Amino acid sequence: MHKLFLIIQREYFSRVKKKSFLLMTVLGPLLMAGVMIVPIWLSMKDKTDHQILVLDRSGIFIDQIPNTEKLKFTYSTQNLDSAKAHLKSGPFDLILELHYDLINNAKPTPYLFYKEQPGITTEQYISNSLENILFDYHLQGDSIDRNKIDNARRPVELLLNKVDEKGVDKKTNTEFNMALGLGFAVAIYMMIFLYGAQVMRGVIEEKTSRIVEVIVSSVKPFQLMLGKIIGIALVGFTQFILWILLTALVYITVTTVIFKDQMKDVQKQNSQIEIIKKNDIMAHADKMKIVDTPQDTIKWINYVNSLDKPLIIGCFLFYFLFGYLLYAALFAAVGSAVDSEADTQQFMMPITIPMILGFAVSQGIMTNPSSGIAQFFSIFPLTSPIVMMMRLPFEVPTWELATSMITLVLGFLFFTWLAGKIYRTGILMYGKKTSWKELGKWLFYKG
Amino acid sequence: MEFILDIKNINKQYGNYNALTNVSIAIPEKKIFGLLGPNGAGKTSLIRIINQITGPDSGEVFFGGEKLAPKHVDMIGYLPEERGLYKKMTVGEQVMYLAQLKGLKKNVAKEKLNYWFKKFEIENWWDKKIEELSKGMQQKVQFIVTVLHEPKLLILDEPFSGFDPINAQLIKNEILELKEKGSTIIFSTHNMGSVEELCDNIALINKSEKLLDGSVSDIRKKYSSNTYNIVFKGNLLGFTNDLWAGAELLEKKSIGDLHTVTVKLLRQSTPNSLLNAVLNNAEIISFNEIVPSMNDIFISVVENKSTLNTQSSFTE
Repeated sequence: MHKLFLIIQREYFSRVKKKSFLLMTVLGPLLMAGVMIVPIWLSMKDKTDHQILVLDRSGIFIDQIPNTEKLKFTYSTQNLDSAKAHLKSGPFDLILELHYDLINNAKPTPYLFYKEQPGITTEQYISNSLENILFDYHLQGDSIDRNKIDNARRPVELLLNKVDEKGVDKKTNTEFNMALGLGFAVAIYMMIFLYGAQVMRGVIEEKTSRIVEVIVSSVKPFQLMLGKIIGIALVGFTQFILWILLTALVYITVTTVIFKDQMKDVQKQNSQIEIIKKNDIMAHADKMKIVDTPQDTIKWINYVNSLDKPLIIGCFLFYFLFGYLLYAALFAAVGSAVDSEADTQQFMMPITIPMILGFAVSQGIMTNPSSGIAQFFSIFPLTSPIVMMMRLPFEVPTWELATSMITLVLGFLFFTWLAGKIYRTGILMYGKKTSWKELGKWLFYKG
Repeated sequence: MEFILDIKNINKQYGNYNALTNVSIAIPEKKIFGLLGPNGAGKTSLIRIINQITGPDSGEVFFGGEKLAPKHVDMIGYLPEERGLYKKMTVGEQVMYLAQLKGLKKNVAKEKLNYWFKKFEIENWWDKKIEELSKGMQQKVQFIVTVLHEPKLLILDEPFSGFDPINAQLIKNEILELKEKGSTIIFSTHNMGSVEELCDNIALINKSEKLLDGSVSDIRKKYSSNTYNIVFKGNLLGFTNDLWAGAELLEKKSIGDLHTVTVKLLRQSTPNSLLNAVLNNAEIISFNEIVPSMNDIFISVVENKSTLNTQSSFTE
């Protein structure tokens, strides 16, 4: 027991003290914050000014497209070629050409000419505006009052309420549950591979540096394997906590201090686009008194409240821990069977496949979270850490959750035992290309 | 004689491959024991069983009279044939780690390490990374780690392969000193000449089986070929005639009237009777018994065994 502790200690500190650990711990949050910040930055970048020359042959669009802060529309009837010639030198950087037959076309296709490609928001703004104008134009032609149509259109949002045993309602949302489940599953998948691969590399390092035989003359091979797996789990835990803290710190700093003004702009801009997109429906919403639609924020708070948070967080930690332990043992076995990382490919396949399979069936599982497939994959120990996390926000019967957890623990014990048998033979086999058949034989060697 | 290790009827198989077949060896205490045999004979398999890295399929091992158990691991020092160190760790961290794995307390380990580092004059290596050390330097560290916990039994697998001559000599001296202090040392090697002069006892193994074992002097006596090397001045023809029926001339080489011959004594002849017979025609310059090397003995044992085998299969 004391020796196991020594091994865990070495595995932990030799990794935590490395420069690469520090680097990854610092870069990790920057990358993650980057993932959150880059879209904001990109959408800001898209707000370059455009001077747009509209060549309207039909005449119905003249002065109809609303100017915005960044987009200014000028109307002309000159011919396209001379306008294009001015595109290079003139004040306009975009030409919007609207044909004569645009009005009667079932699927209108106006042209936009550019020197430098405009961003997607600009494109969307233009096409939405045109759609809007055409819509009004055709309604007027048929003498239909637009207000009546707007009044008649009622967007429906299904509010899901789960009634529990006590008869209390809980508001849920399928999209929210899907996103949450998938998020947890991806996190577990990434963690297992990130730290599992570290276990494998550690084993290969010990084997290629030939230290392993010295060590197994002092401790049992199984102890060495276990010590490594636990040590690296602790490294992962440390890094995880540091990441969460640092990410939060970076995100808060960046959004509150640096992008303060820009954030407001982006929000304003986005809401403007929203309004145009929805054909002014929402603009009339208050008049029409579509009541009882809760505000977005309140909605989200309701969903989060509806979740059994201690259960979900507890399960996340459980499936993460045992999923990692199970796979780490397999990674250790793979590491022991090869002489270099380049040789690991053939043995990695069967480890990767169950995980990928878990994601492959995810679509089916989310559309029908209580199907037989969902049940099977959330109980089978090689896929349960991923699939059960996807199902969990949809609420899983207690007996299924218990079976899945017990199976995972049993699976962990079984695969660790199996991996231990391969490991203790593999680490002492040098310079031999191992085959699957060989690996099978190792299982039956006596201690 | 006390035995530190008593190996009884060990069998070990890997799949269909026999690594050890009914091997029994007793290793006397406070002696240097040579475990000799060609590559693939089963030496390393036997050593791994003694180190409890693997277990035998059948048979038993006794350490100091007790059945081999996990607690004995700390009484054994093992330098494997495939040896190395963590490249990224510093020397100090590494030796402290390995010493503690052998059951030494932190402060005791530090004290002993200071002694050895001083002795080998490598105190300034403590904070260096292993990858910064040359191979010879790493070997010194490895040796220290092996002997640091003052093991009762020291097992060195191919100890001199890869050691440069200076380090090899240093290690040889240390080994003799450890023997003086009461350690038992097992050498395992396929290079039989390299340890012959160090060993008190040996065992020869080949193809998973033990061929013979015993003290080096007894084995030499048993396998002595009764041949002598004589250098003399004089008449070679007269010398040959004088040998008569007492000895047989096997080889001769002459430079002028200086002759070097190899003779084998026959029947009851003794070195003295041989010398008496040839003194008339030869002025003896040197007279030596040709001592068989372990290599010769090994080859003759392997050959005898195979001839025995063919005979037995013939009678069947």
